[in-house]
Amino acid sequence: MKDTASSQALPMARVRPGRIITWTLLFIGGVIMVTPLLFMLSTSLKDASQVYDLRVIPAAPTLDNYIEILSDGRFTRWFINSTIVAIIVTLSNVFFDSLVGYTLAKFRFRGRYIVFIAILSTLMIPTEMLVLPWYLMASQFGWIDSYWGIMFPGMMTAFGTFLMKQFFESVPDDFLEAARIDGLNEFTIWWKIAMPLVTPALSALAIFTFLGNWTAFFWPLIVTTSAELYTLPVGLSSFAVEQSVQWEKIMTGASIATLPTLIIFLFLQRYIVRGVMLAGLKG
Amino acid sequence: MATIEIDRLVKAYGRTTVVHGIDLAIQDGEFVVLVGPSGCGKSTTLRMIAGLEEITGGQIRIDGRVVNDLQPKERNIAMVFQNYAIYPHVTVADNIAFGLYRSKLSKSQKRARVAQVAETLGLTHLLERRPSALSGGQRQRVAIGRAMVRDPSAFLFDEPLSNLDAQLRTQMRIEIKRLHHRLGTTSVFVTHDQVEAMTMADRIVVMREGRILQVGSPLELYESPVDVFTARFIGSPTMNLLPGAVRNNRIELSAGGSLPATATMATTPEVLVGVRPQDLMPTGSDAAGLTLSGAVVVVETLGSETLVHIENDGQTIIGSAPGRLIPKVGEHLTLHAPVDRLYYFDKATEKALAAR
Repeated sequence: MKDTASSQALPMARVRPGRIITWTLLFIGGVIMVTPLLFMLSTSLKDASQVYDLRVIPAAPTLDNYIEILSDGRFTRWFINSTIVAIIVTLSNVFFDSLVGYTLAKFRFRGRYIVFIAILSTLMIPTEMLVLPWYLMASQFGWIDSYWGIMFPGMMTAFGTFLMKQFFESVPDDFLEAARIDGLNEFTIWWKIAMPLVTPALSALAIFTFLGNWTAFFWPLIVTTSAELYTLPVGLSSFAVEQSVQWEKIMTGASIATLPTLIIFLFLQRYIVRGVMLAGLKG
Repeated sequence: MATIEIDRLVKAYGRTTVVHGIDLAIQDGEFVVLVGPSGCGKSTTLRMIAGLEEITGGQIRIDGRVVNDLQPKERNIAMVFQNYAIYPHVTVADNIAFGLYRSKLSKSQKRARVAQVAETLGLTHLLERRPSALSGGQRQRVAIGRAMVRDPSAFLFDEPLSNLDAQLRTQMRIEIKRLHHRLGTTSVFVTHDQVEAMTMADRIVVMREGRILQVGSPLELYESPVDVFTARFIGSPTMNLLPGAVRNNRIELSAGGSLPATATMATTPEVLVGVRPQDLMPTGSDAAGLTLSGAVVVVETLGSETLVHIENDGQTIIGSAPGRLIPKVGEHLTLHAPVDRLYYFDKATEKALAAR
């Protein structure tokens, strides 16, 4: 009886001052994170005259903005553009990053280490410095204002290659050697044996890449000139420059743009958390 | 079915040589065990036979064909790995079918072949399961199935039992042995466990530091080890070794007492006298034999026999007593071994002296 009593009392005993502080900090953090999203949603439900009325719950909520945005052909176009870009870049990263990562992890060849260091060192160059060479390259090859122009810098990433290399290193060589003895060729070994063994890493990479490209703004803004090729973030920002800032429209577009991210998060939450833990960086 | 011949086989990584030109001929249908402590080059040798490691020097022939530059898949061998190497993402049936990856059989023929192998190994009811739902022994059986399904000319086993618990290991040992009797396929088995080597092998190859020390049947190795290393490696518990000096045709043991010396010892001033614990017993006495006495320090009761550790001249000697006769710790005990059960080694070279 005594044991039961003390074990029941335990959870209460665990609520220490340290925990209260942690929870308070997390709560404040949560509020800071959620408030802008809440305002985004709230503003999207207001008409233009109410935008500067800062009430969270709109006085006269309306779906007019949504109707207007969704019936505006440009928005649909941008949405499709973003989807195409994000999906192709993601597939490309999943394929090529893991191909290179696998090679670096599992094959012994001269210069392997130098190649790895070279790839890794590109992580230290900030995007701002790369934009100019990218632009020059794109303009010389005639890629300005094209899907390929938007996508090419991200088709393979050093981060993805590094992530996949680390994961492939954890795949036991025995698996690959057994396959070699069974007569699978090297590409098939990678595709049929090694890849399925690193699914968690592939999911993490896919999620990071998709989200990164879905929200990418800087490069697509620079490389596109015609509105038909804008991605969502670029397109939405154009609401701010045409005449005046149309906050309600920007917020409506942003709310819609958040949906895929939200859906991905809900379905793949498990992998995202794991991926962040495994990769130890980025978000 | 195939013979495997190894000629002056060398493996070096950069400047480090790990296999120093070994020779070995394995006959068709033979079960050969490579045994030795870790780092002795046994696994490297096996991996060179498999084609997973490049050969630095020498030659390997499978069925008379030089395979030095052939890919593993071109050698028609099958290998079973220490951690099974069965793929977690496909079913047992698909795992076994991977063994037929290069085969030109039709799909239904492949299925039939997989079913037949599964039947042999008692895996039929598990065919649709994933490896994660299998026990260690079942996984190893799947790995063996994948090796068997192709009907290879040789099986290569790389410490396949070392991840299993003791009981399962004994069981799988018997299963592999029975399988070998049934299929008659040439097999090379690598292990660091001398019990596995003794119980499974037609012939044992003892290796150390990249060299072959001795090749022979389990009994040959047990009865006539060529040196101290093999003598101590084969047999459990380890053979006792007693230092002694040769004087006037007698071996004066530092543990006390003397033994008759043989003619071959004339030129060796220092010898080691070996005696297996099974031959050193508290019963019987041979005037010409070995007698050791001391205080009992440890008693290991095994049921069928009892191992007795006695302290003698600062050295712990292991002897054995029949199961029922259990000495007590602290008791003074005298152990005897007949002279024809003793082994002699040159202390300087550690090589065996004169067959008994």
